[in-house]
Formats: sequence, C-alpha cells, structure tokens
Amino acid sequence: MKMSVGNMYNYFSSKEELAKYAIKYSTNIIAAELREINNMDISSKDKVFLFTQKYFQSIKESPEVVEYFLRVYLSNREVFANGCEGFLCVGDFVTEVMILLEDGAKNKEFREQDFFTAFSMFMGALGGFAFLSGENVLERDVLEYSDEIAENIYRALKYED
Amino acid sequence: MRIKPRVLWFQAVTCNGNTHSLLCANPNRLELFLNSFDLIYHPSLTSDVNLTDILNSDDKIDFLLVEGAITNNTNFFSISNESTKDLLNKLALKTTYVIAVGSCASYGGVHAKFELNDDITGVQTSLDKKIASKLRHKIINLTGCPVHPEWILQTMFIIKAQGKIQLDEEQRPVEMYSTLAHHGCTRNEYFEWKVESDHYGTKEGCLFYDQGCRGPMTKSSCNKILWNEVNSKTRVGMPCIGCTETDFPRENMLETKKHIGIPFETPLDISKRAYLSLTGVAKTFKIGRLQNKLIEYD
Repeated sequence: MKMSVGNMYNYFSSKEELAKYAIKYSTNIIAAELREINNMDISSKDKVFLFTQKYFQSIKESPEVVEYFLRVYLSNREVFANGCEGFLCVGDFVTEVMILLEDGAKNKEFREQDFFTAFSMFMGALGGFAFLSGENVLERDVLEYSDEIAENIYRALKYED
Repeated sequence: MRIKPRVLWFQAVTCNGNTHSLLCANPNRLELFLNSFDLIYHPSLTSDVNLTDILNSDDKIDFLLVEGAITNNTNFFSISNESTKDLLNKLALKTTYVIAVGSCASYGGVHAKFELNDDITGVQTSLDKKIASKLRHKIINLTGCPVHPEWILQTMFIIKAQGKIQLDEEQRPVEMYSTLAHHGCTRNEYFEWKVESDHYGTKEGCLFYDQGCRGPMTKSSCNKILWNEVNSKTRVGMPCIGCTETDFPRENMLETKKHIGIPFETPLDISKRAYLSLTGVAKTFKIGRLQNKLIEYD
C-alpha cells in the first residue's frame, strides 16, 4: 500500500478498530456479489452454483480476503468482542445468505429447516474448502472443485417431496 | 343536511358483531350520537317503523349503514322473501351516503369464504353501478371484524360537519386507517429488540415472529383508539389478526408463516433486506431488562 504504519493510525484509532473495519470491508465485498446473484431471475440452485464459483474465484484471486476471515476474525474473537458482537460486522453477508435460503424454501427448491442448520450447510462447505485451499493440499486448481462443492451444498439443502 | 340526519341500519348476512360493538360505545358518545342523528331503524332496537314502511315511504335516508355481506341468493338468506342485494339497492336509491360497516359489508369478509354460495360480496360489488353513481359520496368502507364504535361515530360526525370524508385506496377514512395496529402497541420495544413472547397473554414480548401478529402490516387505529377505552388485542397478549385488511380471514391466522425461520411477510413497505439487516443487529444484543418479567409479584 506504500503507507507507513504510523500513517495508518491517522485513520484508525487502534489495531482493533482497523481489524473491525477490515472484516466489515472484506465481507461486504462478498455480500455485494451475493446480493447481485440474489437479484438475478434464476433458480436458487443456479444461485448456489454461481455464488460458489464467485467465492472460489475470490479464494484464487484474493486469498487474503477469505484468509482474513478464517484465520484472523474467527481465531481472535476477543479482538472483535466489542463492536463486532454476533453478526454485527458480517451482517450484510448474513442477510444475503438469509435471502438466498428463504427464496429457495419459498420456491420449494430447498426444504424447510432451521436457519442455522441451513446456514452451516452452505457456509461450512465453502469455508472448509477455503481452509483446504489455504493449506495448499488440493490436487487440482480450486476453481475445478466449484461445481462439485455446489452440487453437495444443493443436495444438502434441496427439497424432497 | 338535516339538523338530525336520518340514519338507517341495514343488516344483511352478519354475525351482528358490529351492532354489538356500536352498542358498547362510550355511553356519552352514544348519547351524543343519538341526540345528533335520527336513528330511524335498527333491527336490534325497537322502532316505530319497519323496513317495509321505510321502503314504501317517500322519505329520504341520509346515512345507510350496512352491516353484513350481501347476496342475491335467497336460498341462503332472505329478508321478507327478498334478497339482501335487492333490498340494498332499493334502500340505496333513497340514500345520500352509504357506509359499509365491518369487513363483511366492505368486501364480503368471513361470509365470502362460504364455499356453497359464490354470490356473497360486499356493498361496493353488490350495488348497482347507476345507483352508486348517484350517491353524493363514494361508498365508505369501515373494515374491521368488528369495527370499533368510534370509527363509526367519528366517520358520521365528520360527514355531518363537512359533507365529505377523505378516503384511502380501499375507500376507508384516512383518519382511522392511516396508522398501523403496530403504532401504539405496548410491545414495540420488544419488537425493536426481537424479544418474542412464547405464548398468549403475557405482558412481555413481541407477538410478530412466533404468534402470527399482523400489527406491523395492518391499517387500523386499534392501539390509538383503544377498545372499551382500556385495551387492545396486542396489549393483552393476543396477536392482531389483520381484520381490517381485505385478505382477512387468512388460513392459519395465528401462525407466522416462515421459510427457513425467516418471516414470509415483513412490516408494511419494509423490504426483506432491510428487515433482516435490522433483525440481525437487534438479535446480537441481549438486553437484560427485556428478558425479564415486567412485574415480579410477591
């Protein structure tokens, strides 16, 4: 960024403030992408596939964004305890996931279930794979796994008569 | 208008609930009404004349208040062998202002759900268009099941004083129907912070998320003009059932329809995205005072 550490503190009063801003900034990027997908006139299944693809593209092109979430935000909750309680700093993204899941259930593409179980199916798979990618253990390019992961997520959520 | 306008109350297919409501009005207000208007006929009250006398006379009616839904099918309902539709049109011919009192008269209400007769509707649909066009004013719909007596009285006093009354898109007086049942509910703070009640009758908790309350999407004055001057449904812990809206009665009325735990409908004109964003923030914080009982009795 060609900015000194000291200069950073002209804009953020503390490391914690910077950390909170960074998580809000990074999740809002992903939230904006999901919002765009949510607004598309396509099936919820297609939205899952499209978002998975976009998420994996982020992992590939800007790994630091997802890495920050997994390795800083989730692993240092005490830094974010004041001012990032609960969903406060990731609210926009969680809202978009809610809309995706609710639309899917409304259209009978996804089955009815508790929000948190559905959320964990969706984000757990994506987050888990982001972790594996970060550990450099994948045998293929991360994008090549996109459709398989999306298919797993969809099958876990889908409506059954 | 006459100093004491002539009022006729016509009952069609009804449970009589709006009559009950009117007769439970504040006694001073009811006395003022009876002193200010000439109630020439009401089927539940003793009067000098009956409906046939009125129909056969040349006297005009200033206010025709219609309670109940209208049908042309005399197999299901008739008054002196005439259908309520025919009687409505005959009465409206000699009337200046027509007021549909209650949801059934406004759009059919509960009775319109009756499957064996698809000819049950409200006043607007049943009134002959030519007759309706000759009325001095659009038909006034006082939706509600029942309607609050003050809504009837205020409507009539406004028209008596001004000759007209401003209506919304459902032809309901804006004075009574511009607020939501949500406005003035004593549980608003619980709604703000998403603290839900888990059953009816509690002093604490919101009734929207789990109990099917329609307060945030129902136009009415129920929490502004209290019932019996004391209370309202939501204040006592009973969810609003949205009886002033034209989709009443709905199926599964006392349930909040959800998908993946997310309410299907959000408060009036609030987008799903906005509602979920605020809900997410509110649910993050546990406000101790709101989790506790309001009163701990000894």
